[in-house]
Amino acid sequence: MTNHWIDYKNSDVFMNIGGNTAENHPISMKWIEKARQERGAKLIVVDPRISRTAAVADLHVPIRPGTNIAYLGGLINYILENELYQKEYVRHYTDAPFLVNEDFTFDEETGLFSGVQDDPARNAKKYDRSTWSYQKDAAGNIRQDPEMQNPQCVLQIMKQFYAQYTLDKVSKITGCDPALLEESYKLYASTGQPDKAGNILYAMGITQFTHGSQNVRAVAMVQLLLGNMGIPGGGVNAQRGQSNVQGSTDMATLYHIIPGYLGAPKAALHPTLADYIEKETPATSWWANKPKYLVSMLKAFWGDHATVENDFCYDYLPKLDHRDHSHIGMYKYMGEGEVKGLICWADNPAVTGPSAGHKREYQTKLEWLVSVDIFENETAAFWKAPGMNPAEIETEVFLLPATAAYEREGTKANSGRWIQWQWQAQNPPGECKADLQIVYELFKKVQEKYADGSGAFPDPIVKANWNYGKDEDPAQVDIVKVCLEINGYNTSTGAPVTNFVGLQDDGTTACGNWLFSGYYNNLDNPACKSRIKEKEGIGSNLGWAFAWPLNRRIVYNRCSADPEGNPWNPELQVFWWDEEGKLVKNLDIPDWPGAWSFEEVAQFPFIMLPIGRGRLFSDAVNDGPLPAHFEPAESPVPNLLYPKATFNPVSQRWYDNYAAVGDSNYPYIMTTYRITEHYQSGALTRNIPWLNEMMPELFVEIDEELAESLGIKNGDLVRIESKRLVHNGEQGGIEAKACVTNRIKPMIINGEKKHIVGMPFHWGFMGMAKGAVTNDLIPSVGDANTTIPEFKAFLCNIRKVV
Amino acid sequence: MKKSMLIDNSKCIGCRACQAACKQWNQLPAEKTEFTGTYENPPRFSPITWTKIAFREYEQNGKLSWTFTKLGCVHCTDAACIKVCPANAISHTEYGTVVIDEKRCIGCNYCAANCTFNVIGFDQAANVARKCTFCYDRIAAGMIPACAKTCPTGAITYGDRSEIMALAERRLAEVKKNGHPNADIYGVEELDGLAMMYLLKDGKENAEVKYGLPEKPRIRTAAHIWDLVFKPVRAAVVLAMVFALWINKSESAKEKTS
Amino acid sequence: MKLSRRSFLKLTGTAAAASFLVGSGMKGVAEAAEPVRVHYGREVPTICTFCGVGCGIICHVQNGVIINAEGDPDHPINEGSLCSKGSSIYNVSYIYDSKGRPKPNPNRLTKPLYRAPGSSTWEEKSWEWMYDTIAQRIKDTRDKYFTGKDENGVTVNRTDAIAWLGSAFCTNEENYLFNKMARTLGIVNIDHCARL
Repeated sequence: MTNHWIDYKNSDVFMNIGGNTAENHPISMKWIEKARQERGAKLIVVDPRISRTAAVADLHVPIRPGTNIAYLGGLINYILENELYQKEYVRHYTDAPFLVNEDFTFDEETGLFSGVQDDPARNAKKYDRSTWSYQKDAAGNIRQDPEMQNPQCVLQIMKQFYAQYTLDKVSKITGCDPALLEESYKLYASTGQPDKAGNILYAMGITQFTHGSQNVRAVAMVQLLLGNMGIPGGGVNAQRGQSNVQGSTDMATLYHIIPGYLGAPKAALHPTLADYIEKETPATSWWANKPKYLVSMLKAFWGDHATVENDFCYDYLPKLDHRDHSHIGMYKYMGEGEVKGLICWADNPAVTGPSAGHKREYQTKLEWLVSVDIFENETAAFWKAPGMNPAEIETEVFLLPATAAYEREGTKANSGRWIQWQWQAQNPPGECKADLQIVYELFKKVQEKYADGSGAFPDPIVKANWNYGKDEDPAQVDIVKVCLEINGYNTSTGAPVTNFVGLQDDGTTACGNWLFSGYYNNLDNPACKSRIKEKEGIGSNLGWAFAWPLNRRIVYNRCSADPEGNPWNPELQVFWWDEEGKLVKNLDIPDWPGAWSFEEVAQFPFIMLPIGRGRLFSDAVNDGPLPAHFEPAESPVPNLLYPKATFNPVSQRWYDNYAAVGDSNYPYIMTTYRITEHYQSGALTRNIPWLNEMMPELFVEIDEELAESLGIKNGDLVRIESKRLVHNGEQGGIEAKACVTNRIKPMIINGEKKHIVGMPFHWGFMGMAKGAVTNDLIPSVGDANTTIPEFKAFLCNIRKVV
Repeated sequence: MKKSMLIDNSKCIGCRACQAACKQWNQLPAEKTEFTGTYENPPRFSPITWTKIAFREYEQNGKLSWTFTKLGCVHCTDAACIKVCPANAISHTEYGTVVIDEKRCIGCNYCAANCTFNVIGFDQAANVARKCTFCYDRIAAGMIPACAKTCPTGAITYGDRSEIMALAERRLAEVKKNGHPNADIYGVEELDGLAMMYLLKDGKENAEVKYGLPEKPRIRTAAHIWDLVFKPVRAAVVLAMVFALWINKSESAKEKTS
Repeated sequence: MKLSRRSFLKLTGTAAAASFLVGSGMKGVAEAAEPVRVHYGREVPTICTFCGVGCGIICHVQNGVIINAEGDPDHPINEGSLCSKGSSIYNVSYIYDSKGRPKPNPNRLTKPLYRAPGSSTWEEKSWEWMYDTIAQRIKDTRDKYFTGKDENGVTVNRTDAIAWLGSAFCTNEENYLFNKMARTLGIVNIDHCARL
């Protein structure tokens, strides 16, 4: 989230697209309700079905799963056609006036941008992005037209690109009535007025597509056009589904990054520290400080062993090959026998992964598997799954008992980037241990095994800085020592650094994650434990916990005022400057360096981007500088905008088990989702009787017309089939109870009626409430940038179980 | 001081926090349920289920409405359960709410059988009737009832009866203006007033279908007859029932020992 | 009706009306004179373990054991409220029986468990045995499948034979150490539920 939960009270119009906030983040509705009551705010819900959020919305806009870019492209077209964008904001704070490279092209037949190449290793296309750039003058400055009339300027390029996204076309693709589309566009575009704030909140219904990153880009573009970035009540607000998914991402439990969103080093590009620094450090923007963050992290990892002479042990960090090592990739390599061991902390991919049934089969190839959880989850117990013969499975499984959240202490970062301390309420039962203690002891044991110098390159292990034992009892981990290392400290004095501004690239500072720096800079009274509520203000609550970066609650907040410093909305003023341009009052932490002049700040409000402005046209993603509509990997219809295109050409074709366009064996569109009463794989909530009572069994939502044609009555047992469940030519299926309802209605797609069915995915074969694994149905195919799997739209068939 | 809650179903998101918080606070175990084609569960009230959300789908102005309404004991002023209880085990508290004294309850089940809203559960093992207490213990301790405390959106508001009446009027005006012209308040006239008041966003008409509430709640004729005819001799009846129960229990104790 | 109620109260006395509000094993009706159970508990603020809103929860703890958990009224985001999941966290530790008595959740893991190749059951093991055996497996696999330099002679110090999945359920400090341990071992197959 660029903004935060309480800031929702400052919004005038909410668009909940690809999310279901009332069900999955119920407390958000406290703040949405407040905005409705106090500001007369409106809530638009864009969702294929009437979810619990749509049920309380002012406007529900049903669209076919997988057509968000068509919907948002239509919105962009509506905004541009009717000149509803916030002109001064767009002119000063975005790249709209910048002129685009003359060689940039887009082919409306194939849906391909200039620079396309084949990528046989991924069985897909890739791009040379050199034409996705701005024109520069002789002095190297970007050429621009402040009036935004030049046909090569970004605004005009966009206008031309999205002109195709007419109400009629968007209606044919999405299945939504054009009048309803227009009503929603009109309502949301009303936030283009300078004193109105529009808030787009989304979740996995935006990201979990083969074009998920472009969905997010489209959301961000709408917000830039309407001047909704960096203002109270605005923002691109990714609502996180787990208590610390923000923090676990910040901490880089992901193959492609290292802590604080630094790219993981790649063998081909970054063989040495000098290569990394040269290629990864931009000349402008806050990222010019990147070397300080990397070197400080290396110092945190390897302490005194990391010196200038040995490039601060840069060689110790593993270097990536060209392959994708995310979930789909690592499980594919497991199935091929390359991955021999899996260490799994509080994760349950045997239920949550795409084609989860295949994933459980691949796990039989493992030599060993370690699972750490509080309940016996399906990943650890995969050998008990239906159809498995334990006698034939050679995998050793180690299942370690962990603690519930309130049985251990530490911090968690919420969606609004608030890092809050979680106090320990009770001791864990039996022999359970906290994950922190387990990882501490396990790595110490590995260090012991390597202590004699045996084995492959033991140096990174034996030299690792792993001195987290309590002074009085070194067998017990001291969390304060871990916090201090993450926060950063001076390597000669050991004193915590105040924040990341103090970090250096010469080895004088160590810092585990620069973004968190400042969260634990006072060992007696750390900011993350602070509990001072705001009495009056705009909801920033600067005294409550610590928000990265630097306790800032709204990022890019310089955009809340015009270049002269006047707030767009005087009622929600964030900053006050005096006549000399000196900041005299602020209700949030300023998002600019203190040393910059008033003028510099106004010219560079997006400090993380090298151009200092919000980018409507970007070379940052793999699949194009502007989001274009592509169908999901499995779709009932061809691409109505780009006739020669199918699904995202840049998305890797991992397997050959996707149904063809309009495959009559799988006539229905399936979408999957979460429900309030369960959580993710259900490993936790299916062991909570109070929740099982409310939602005891897996179900599938089917419209009344389809149910009648298939002879299915409410509560009947039905079988759902997808192409992933074909084994040796035989079609398999999973079973669920039917929920027959007109909350999910058939849609007319390009003149043809299509039925949409929907299922939650929280069930599995372990726990107190058991059920089939919905994700067995899902194709293993992912976004072209992140490889997040396409859980939200695919094809299926349904039959009544007789 | 009379207390009340306003259940505002224009604000309810059906998250069922109230359902869970009720069980958590009142130390009630979960029921074993099945999915029967609706999100609504458990299917009925019981000695271990005192509140639940009704999930109802209906057409309103040509649009499908999915409405969530918290159900449970509404704490009637004119309460059938009080009328029929032969043991004086059910009464109004100083807050105007209705409670069952389990020590006095003789397990006759008349209250459950006659309840206008079918919200009283009968515990056969313990031989007592149970239902929502309006969190008597919490309000006596100056706390907010568990359901109202946990409600994320303000769909359940607790307070003095007069404040809640005023809130209901205020919300009614807002909701009527905001797309629900038929909205109405339920619990002022009904049974001389309900401590659990409702703001029904689509009016009282067809309340059973839309919210799971009786459109015109009435005390059943049998309960009236009981009240008029048998109440004068209630003490005798109670004595007789206690005696019968005692005989019954000692008989079954004998059976067990033999 | 009103008359009869009044006469009833006269008969029994208003004070008695309060005194018979007595709880049984299961709390049917409160004991008006008795403090509620949370008054015996120490209040510990914690953060809800479910979605990314980050609500505050107050756990009431008596003799080291949680006896009640509800929304933290001082927390600026949830202001005392919680959803159904947040309101149910007590069940992770304890489940009430039909008499309202708390029993430990029977499905909680309380001991390290090991499943041998080909076995169809778990066996209990000590932590020390688990740590030693797992560390040995990590070392054996890493040593056997370690790439110091790739085909182009670039130092990569990597093992492709181990995969690591962390968790958004775990704290920042835990994830930091997960990440540090994984990278230090040379693991590149790293992911977690953020992507799922």
